[in-house]
Amino acid sequence: MSATRNDATAPARVAPTPPARPAAPVAASAPFGLDQAETCVQMISPAGVFQPNAAAEEFLPYLDRLTEADHRRFYRDMVVVRKFDTEAANLQRQGQLALWVPSHGQEAAQVGSAYATKPQDHVFPSYREHVVGMIRGLDVVDILRMLRGVTLGGWVPEEHGNFHLYTLVLASQTLHATGYAMGMQLDGATATGDPETDQAVIVYYGDGASSQGDANEALVFAASYQAPQVFFLQNNQWAISVPVARQSRTPLYKRAGGFGMPGTQVDGNDVLASYAVTAKSLDDARAGRGPSLIEALTYRIGAHTTADDPTKYRDSDELAYWVARDPILRFRNYLQGLGIDAQFLKDVDEEAADFAADTRRRALDIIGPEQSVIFDNVYAEPHPLMAEQKAWLERYEASFDEGAS
Amino acid sequence: MTTATDTSVTSASLPMTKALNAGLRQALLDDPKVILMGEDIGPLGGVFRVTEGLIAEFGDKRVLDTPLAESGIIGTAIGLAMRGFRPVCEIQFDGFVFPGFDQITSQLARMRNRHEGGILMPVVIRIPYGGHIGSVEHHQESPEAYFAHTPGLRVVSPSNPHDAYWMMQEAIKSDDPVIFFEPKSRYWPKGEVRFAESGTPLHSSRVVRAGTDVTVVGHGAMVSVLLQAAELAAAEGISLEVIDLRSISPIDYGPLLHSVQQTGRLIVAQEAPGFVSVGSEIAATVAERAFYTLHAPVLRVSGFDTPFPPAAVETHFLPSPDRVLEAVDRALAY
Repeated sequence: MSATRNDATAPARVAPTPPARPAAPVAASAPFGLDQAETCVQMISPAGVFQPNAAAEEFLPYLDRLTEADHRRFYRDMVVVRKFDTEAANLQRQGQLALWVPSHGQEAAQVGSAYATKPQDHVFPSYREHVVGMIRGLDVVDILRMLRGVTLGGWVPEEHGNFHLYTLVLASQTLHATGYAMGMQLDGATATGDPETDQAVIVYYGDGASSQGDANEALVFAASYQAPQVFFLQNNQWAISVPVARQSRTPLYKRAGGFGMPGTQVDGNDVLASYAVTAKSLDDARAGRGPSLIEALTYRIGAHTTADDPTKYRDSDELAYWVARDPILRFRNYLQGLGIDAQFLKDVDEEAADFAADTRRRALDIIGPEQSVIFDNVYAEPHPLMAEQKAWLERYEASFDEGAS
Repeated sequence: MTTATDTSVTSASLPMTKALNAGLRQALLDDPKVILMGEDIGPLGGVFRVTEGLIAEFGDKRVLDTPLAESGIIGTAIGLAMRGFRPVCEIQFDGFVFPGFDQITSQLARMRNRHEGGILMPVVIRIPYGGHIGSVEHHQESPEAYFAHTPGLRVVSPSNPHDAYWMMQEAIKSDDPVIFFEPKSRYWPKGEVRFAESGTPLHSSRVVRAGTDVTVVGHGAMVSVLLQAAELAAAEGISLEVIDLRSISPIDYGPLLHSVQQTGRLIVAQEAPGFVSVGSEIAATVAERAFYTLHAPVLRVSGFDTPFPPAAVETHFLPSPDRVLEAVDRALAY
């Protein structure tokens, strides 16, 4: 047998192996180096003290838009969604959901960015942004319907706060969001100078998805057409079992510069910083100043999904580091520092428990769908195969009924 | 730029490129939500000049020269369709559609179904396809089966300039995604386009030459091969009925089954490899629906189950009129 050119047993013709370079550290920065990063916008310290760093300075004016009632809403939503998240994971463990995708740990990045949107904006989530949907007016039971296997999507975006469907193929939605933002431009619905009507798009994706071609093509298209779009990248440090250092040797926000748009890194466990940075980016997008990228540094405290076991690949010190920087605890400490009444905090806990219990009841009541959903919406216009196969299935199944009678 | 084709006349003799151009232009005139997207489709007019003159007439908000990224083109077209636009995307060559394949099959095709009917996806993807042009790898392929296999898509291919003009407009009016395969070896021969005569429905097949002995069916460029074969057969006293499929998904079996009931014999011809192909599907369906009228098995005449070969040997790969007639002889021998 003759050796082919790609036969591993063929004699090597390459030069001797050069001396190996010393192995680079796995993480581009200190593995949990969030607090030390001077470039990372932070308003509230991990201990809960309002201490804006230098990077936060230009974003401070955006905090003036927030009232005390907003602060209470931020806290309330973070607590409620965490309780909901825990309940949904329980439902999965009890066989009531096929899968659950936890958001535990990412509440501040999601709540802060969601409150920076305006009603006329459009939101393209990935699949973990439960509280963003809630804030935009989606009933979270609609999310459970999908994960219970009753729908493939479950809601019409325009009827639910312009919150688009979850997308399960990584980064596909970044391009849909860019196209939608291009459409806003073509419609003349943005950059008119009226911030109350000008529209923008925010798209959520993650550190894992940032490696996908589509995420990069979306950045190219958005920059090329100067689309009114904010790329909100939640860097939760892990793409299932693969650490962010395997996705990128450079901090992800720095990639924005290569595409010709501003990039900002924000402490994603700081709800005020997440709000302020997103508010500025969305303002810029609505005003015609083009797209931008936000990298929110956060951490997936739980598993990727209920099918995952993070103890197999993550070290407990890392988890402990992030648990100590919990976004809810941080904001609670901040509010307590401002003298928030204890009754409010107690009420929120009760409301969260009620919300979770109510969600559980309603999840168990989910019914359907009719088998006709197999065929009914594949095409908008009549299609012979749909008509034939739907009729055949009905006849086939009816034949058993006839036999029984 | 060239002057736009005058479509106020009754008819004109045009090559398919000009007929497609006139169809796109009419669609742009008819509906302000129609936009064209693709690589080099602006000032250049596309590598085959199908969009020539359209950016000058309609501007760069209706005719978008895009970055060179097929997934980006399809993915943003989906977002634009969500916004209410009717994007018509040009893929430069058949073999270049695959970087956009995921957005087409996993997103575009399923978007309406995923939304439980709550949105429309009126996106047309134009793909010049097929061989006979002596080009390099990735420029001569026939990938239509991949798309026909994908639920949620419609797939069509005109064989002549008249159909090209009308089918393009019909495809753009469709509220479903349509993959529009343009047979590039038929881009240049002229044919009569009847502007006043509205087209037959998009998803209908049609008898283009009546005959009595054997039915032969194909789509796109293969139709002209079948018509040549029918001429040659006629000289030998064999009468072929030629059917232009026009629509690959869904397939309009009416004229096909009617014809087979008369002839009892069917040949399916295609440039694509035959294994798991459109021809295979037709053969299976006709066998199911017309078993007792068949006098011979349905035979396929296809490209071989290989990658498209170097252009120097493409004539040995592509079905020719003689290869069709060889199959006709086999069918008649039963």
